[in-house]
Amino acid sequence: MGIIFVKDREGNSHKLEAEAGSTIMEIIRDAGLEIEAACGGCCACATCHVYVEENWLSKLKTRCEEEILMLDQAFHVANTSRLCCQLEFDEQINGIVLTLAPD
Amino acid sequence: MNHNTDVIIIGAGPVGLFAIFELGLLNLQCHLIDNLDKVGGQCSELYPEKPIYDIPSRVKISGQELTDELMKQVKVFNPVFHLNQQAEKIEKLSDQLWKVSTSAGNIISAKCVVIAAGVGSFVPRKPPIENIEKYENTSVFYSVRDKKKFNGKNILIAGGGDSALDWANDLSSIADVTLMHRRKEFRAAPTTVSKMLNLEKKNKIKFILGQLDSIQESEGQQLNIEYKNDEKKDSLKVDFLLPFYGLKMELGPIANWGLNLYENQIVVDTEKFETSEPSIFAIGDINIYPGKLKLILSGFHEAALMAQKCFSYCCPDKKNVFRYTTSSKDLHKKLGV
Repeated sequence: MGIIFVKDREGNSHKLEAEAGSTIMEIIRDAGLEIEAACGGCCACATCHVYVEENWLSKLKTRCEEEILMLDQAFHVANTSRLCCQLEFDEQINGIVLTLAPD
Repeated sequence: MNHNTDVIIIGAGPVGLFAIFELGLLNLQCHLIDNLDKVGGQCSELYPEKPIYDIPSRVKISGQELTDELMKQVKVFNPVFHLNQQAEKIEKLSDQLWKVSTSAGNIISAKCVVIAAGVGSFVPRKPPIENIEKYENTSVFYSVRDKKKFNGKNILIAGGGDSALDWANDLSSIADVTLMHRRKEFRAAPTTVSKMLNLEKKNKIKFILGQLDSIQESEGQQLNIEYKNDEKKDSLKVDFLLPFYGLKMELGPIANWGLNLYENQIVVDTEKFETSEPSIFAIGDINIYPGKLKLILSGFHEAALMAQKCFSYCCPDKKNVFRYTTSSKDLHKKLGV
C-alpha cells in the first residue's frame, strides 16, 4: 500500500491510499474526489486530466500516441499534463503529487 | 411534428437499442430520441474501434460492431429514430399518457417513457474561459448552422480534430480563417489534414500555435482573444470564435423532470427498473440501485424486466404469456423467422 497526494480544484490537498495495479484515475475517483473520467478509463475522453509535479515526471512512463491525441480535447494543457487513467500506480511513484486540471 | 407510440426511449446507445428488441417481442412500438447524429451512444461516439470483452458470447467486439449488430437485431421492429435532438420537456397528459418534446420540435406521446441516456447526452465541450457564456450564440459558436453569417468575417477556429479542420477548410473559401491548436499535429482524417496544410501554404488559412486563455469585448462587435503558447502570451481580434474540442456528457434537461436522483443518477427499483414516477423507467448507466454495476450487460437485463412492466401499462387487459424465442411460433412471427 502506498500514497498519492492530490490537490483538488479548490486548492485542498488530499492524501490518498494507493494500491499497486490501480490507475491514478481509479484511486482519485474511488476516494470520491471530483474527477469526471467519463469514458471509464479507456483513454477515449480527456476528463481525467491532471498536472504532475515536475520532479515526478521522469518516473512516469511517457505518453502513448493515444494519450497525446486525446489531450487535444483537454484545456490548459501543459508539459506536466497527463490523463491519469493511463498512469498505473506502482512503488516507483509512491508519494507522487498531482493537481486536478480545471473542469 | 406530432407522433404517437407505445414507448419513448431516450438514448440510442446499446441499452436503448436492445430495449427496442425486448419491447418489440411484446408487440410494443418504440420511438427513440438521441442528441447525437448517429445511434450507438458512447460505443459509437467515444470508442467505436475499442474492443469490448464482456458481451456474453462475444469474445471480442468493438463499440461500432456492437452497435451495428444491435441495429440488425432490432430492424424487424421498425423503431423510429429522432436523432440530433435532445429530449427537453416531459408533460403528463393524463394518468396513462406522457408527452415528450424535443429540441427539434418533435412532440411524441406514449404510455411509457424509458430513459436509457447513459451518462447523459453529448454536448459540445466548452473551454473553461471566464465569461465565455456571455458571447455564446452571438460571437462564440460550438457548431455551424448557418454559414452565411461568417461571410467575409474574421474567424478563429480552436481545436485540432476533424470538426475544427473540416470547418477551417470549408469556411476558408468565404471568410478570413485562423486555426489555433496547441501543437502542429492533428487528430483528423489524413486527407483533411493535408487539405488544411495546403490551404495554409496558399495563405487561405492562418495557423497559430497556442491555447485559448481569455476573451474580452473589443470595439464594435469584435472579440479580443488572448492565447498562450507555453509561457508566451499574445492576442488577436476576431469577429467570431468557433471552439471545437469534441463532446462531453451532461445529464441535461432530464435533471429537472422531478425524478428522484442520487448523484446525477436516477433511482430505480430492481424489479421493474421504474423511477419514482410510475411508467417512467431508467435503464443502463443512468440508473442507480444497491449493487449497480455500470456494464452494458446489466443494461440488457434491465431492459428485459422493464419491458414486462411496460406491457402491463400499455396493454392492461391482455395477458402476458412468458415465451422463449427458441420455441414460440408467436415470437417467430414477430421476428420474421
